Amino acid sequence: MKFMKPVLGLMVAASFSVAASAGAQELRIGLYAEPSSVDPHYHNLGPNNAVAKNIFGRLMTQDENQRVTPDLAVSWKPINDLTWEFKLRQGVKFHDGSPFTADDVIFTMERAPNVPNSPSGYGTYIKGKSFKKIDDFTIHATTEEPYPLMPADLSTVAILSKKAAEGASTADFDSGKAAIGTGPFKFVEFVKGEKLILERNEDYWGKKPEWKTVSVKPIKSDPSRVAALLAGDVDFIDNVPTIDIANLATNDKVALSRKVSNRVIYLHMDQFREDSPDITANDGSKIKNPLLDVRVRKAISKAINREAIVARVMEGVAIPAGQLLPDGFFGRSENLKPEPYDPEGAKKLLAEAGFPDGFKMKIHGPNGRYANDAKVLEAVGQMLTRIGIKAEVVTIPPSVFFSRASAGGPDKTPEFSLVLVGWGSGTGESSSPLKSLLATYDKSKGLGAANRGRHSNPKMDEVLAQALATVDDGEREKLLAKATEIAIDESQGIIPLHYQESVWATRKGLTYAGRSDEHTVYYTVTTVK
Amino acid sequence: MSVFIIRRLMQSILVVAIMSVLVFVGVYLVGDPVHSMVAPDAPQEELERVTKALGLDRPVYEQYWIFLGKALQGDLGNSFVMNDSALKLILQKMPATLELAFAALFLSVVLGIPLGVYAGLRHGSIPSKIIMSGSILGFSLPTFWVGLMMIMIFAVYLGWLPSTGRGETVEVLGIEVSFLTWDGIRHLMMPALNLALLKISLVIRLSRAGVRETIHMDYIKFARAKGLPYRRVIMLHLMKNIMIPVVTVIGLEFGGLIAFSVITETIFAWPGMGKLIIESILLLDRPMVVAYLMITVMMFVVINLAVDIIYSVLDPRVRLQDVKS
Repeated sequence: MKFMKPVLGLMVAASFSVAASAGAQELRIGLYAEPSSVDPHYHNLGPNNAVAKNIFGRLMTQDENQRVTPDLAVSWKPINDLTWEFKLRQGVKFHDGSPFTADDVIFTMERAPNVPNSPSGYGTYIKGKSFKKIDDFTIHATTEEPYPLMPADLSTVAILSKKAAEGASTADFDSGKAAIGTGPFKFVEFVKGEKLILERNEDYWGKKPEWKTVSVKPIKSDPSRVAALLAGDVDFIDNVPTIDIANLATNDKVALSRKVSNRVIYLHMDQFREDSPDITANDGSKIKNPLLDVRVRKAISKAINREAIVARVMEGVAIPAGQLLPDGFFGRSENLKPEPYDPEGAKKLLAEAGFPDGFKMKIHGPNGRYANDAKVLEAVGQMLTRIGIKAEVVTIPPSVFFSRASAGGPDKTPEFSLVLVGWGSGTGESSSPLKSLLATYDKSKGLGAANRGRHSNPKMDEVLAQALATVDDGEREKLLAKATEIAIDESQGIIPLHYQESVWATRKGLTYAGRSDEHTVYYTVTTVK
Repeated sequence: MSVFIIRRLMQSILVVAIMSVLVFVGVYLVGDPVHSMVAPDAPQEELERVTKALGLDRPVYEQYWIFLGKALQGDLGNSFVMNDSALKLILQKMPATLELAFAALFLSVVLGIPLGVYAGLRHGSIPSKIIMSGSILGFSLPTFWVGLMMIMIFAVYLGWLPSTGRGETVEVLGIEVSFLTWDGIRHLMMPALNLALLKISLVIRLSRAGVRETIHMDYIKFARAKGLPYRRVIMLHLMKNIMIPVVTVIGLEFGGLIAFSVITETIFAWPGMGKLIIESILLLDRPMVVAYLMITVMMFVVINLAVDIIYSVLDPRVRLQDVKS
């Protein structure tokens, strides 16, 4: 065995040197979900947008609280009712060394809505806007009607290099050929299902990231992801399961970062059918849909003990909700508080509405889309039963649930009477949920697309339409707050339950700022000084 | 023999065709993938655009007809989500899964047969009892639980092995393999053992039963009486005769190894077909699911054929021909 000694020594030495170099410069990440492509215009999906933020710049970007901040545009303002002017940042270079100019922006806006086979495109954000180059560093965007959401919309679109991406297919991005951006990291390699490797952009115009290389590995299984962090195989993970949080908080090898997310978990109720499919009287006979009565909807809201759901089911990793967005977001109302738990009040309202003994109802929700979604729905079911609404809880896999909840009924109407769903506001303001969840369903205007209860309140529609045509931020914020108050307080179009909190974990010594859009970006992971 | 093989292949094409209809209609009935692909804040027209672009607005028989036309030209369609040929995506991930499955198969043979034969020969001894009780555990513990326990023990507490992922690969004949590097082997050990656990137990039980049965046969007694060395009796006369059931089962179970790898691959984040397919199923990515199942069917057919051929080599009494009715 003597001759083995030097060999073993070498091996040990080699493994130490690898560990040392990995510690200083490389950030190894384990993520719950991986992007379907690196092409930033291919699929409007959380993981794709998050990865794109690391490689590509936008005109404006959203900071960790989703406020719009300058990126490739240094300033933007409406110069008249219909035109916005963007002044571009000068001296910015793409990863291939070519300069960034207005031509790249014009090219980007042409390409983004027209990516072949895109399963969810960016056309929504670009439609109705025409872009014009004024000089190399000035762009004008015009619309046919006043359009205040211009900065918010454009903050979702990654800017490509015309030189590298002209005529490029989505596959060219995945191979790296066209994945040339202005972001803090350069693309190195992407193998679907296996890894994404990035390296620092040494010419980045802003604050350079701490990490020379970043390697990202998708680890979908929750316990495996946590174990990979504990074993030291990765430095940083996202989507820490709520069940592990208490345990990890006491572990001195890891640090947690929490951030309240833009995602509200809520109940949507059938408000358009006299004969609702999942509701019967206590004896099983048909009754007129009680959810049409706002008193019944209010009663359900009062019956829910939000504090208990947050404390027991969500293990404290959520905040009770009284409206569409948590504190600090644009367009929320200061007057709306989470509905206090009041089962007696709820029973009284039910009796007033003509249901002193309640009724029977099946309630539906996904299992596996939101944190603890099935357990939250079970808790809701028990709370409803307590006030006399005998609830039967049905949970369905997400891939099936959403298509049925949106269009599973006759004529593509929503199938269920009461559903638990969540909504994350991509633009960071309350216009997003108001437009999609609460505005009257109207295909021609693109409103109410996710209005699975078909809530409709003409008064709210009017205030919302006014808000969507008001360019002045202060005025618009007031109008959005008013629309929210009408939708929640007056007509209880949805019942907000809680805002989710996102949790990340790093090895000790690192820290991550967290983001309200739940995205995991690599350039804000830093060493604790 | 060639007639036998050709007929076998014809049968398998029929099976694949029936399979494709079942899967196609099955996934169609499960639900509409568009709602889980399109961003939630997209307006109604975006839903319609995507439905149309994917051809999901047509009736299902028409969609199948289009699929069939392309499939006959070797094109199983593009993944709805990943914008690439479904066949290509799956074949890219196949080497990783096959490597894992072969490693598991290797473990189940090199561990299972010696342990089983030992337990059979030393029937009633304490080591034999330990082996047999161990095999019961191997049968009954759920794969995902054992996998997680292995990660906790060997990666988190002891820190001997990496917890997840595939190690460094080298290219051999155009295929990326990881079992030729030390890093690759370290990554391969836990998932392979996890996947093999059930099969090891199965092989132990089969070989033990075979040994117990064969050892009392006249030809073994005769061989011993003839004065052949003990070693030769066991290695040649006994082994050859217990191998037939073992080969059959291992062959059939190899397909199972690939199918079961879904769980192991998910736990160990092993970048293989199983992990890919489970994600495609969750998104109702129909072209991926159909392509995967068709490949799996083909694989089972090929494995069964291989088993039949190995039979005829092991046992000259077996001839590959059709039974005339």
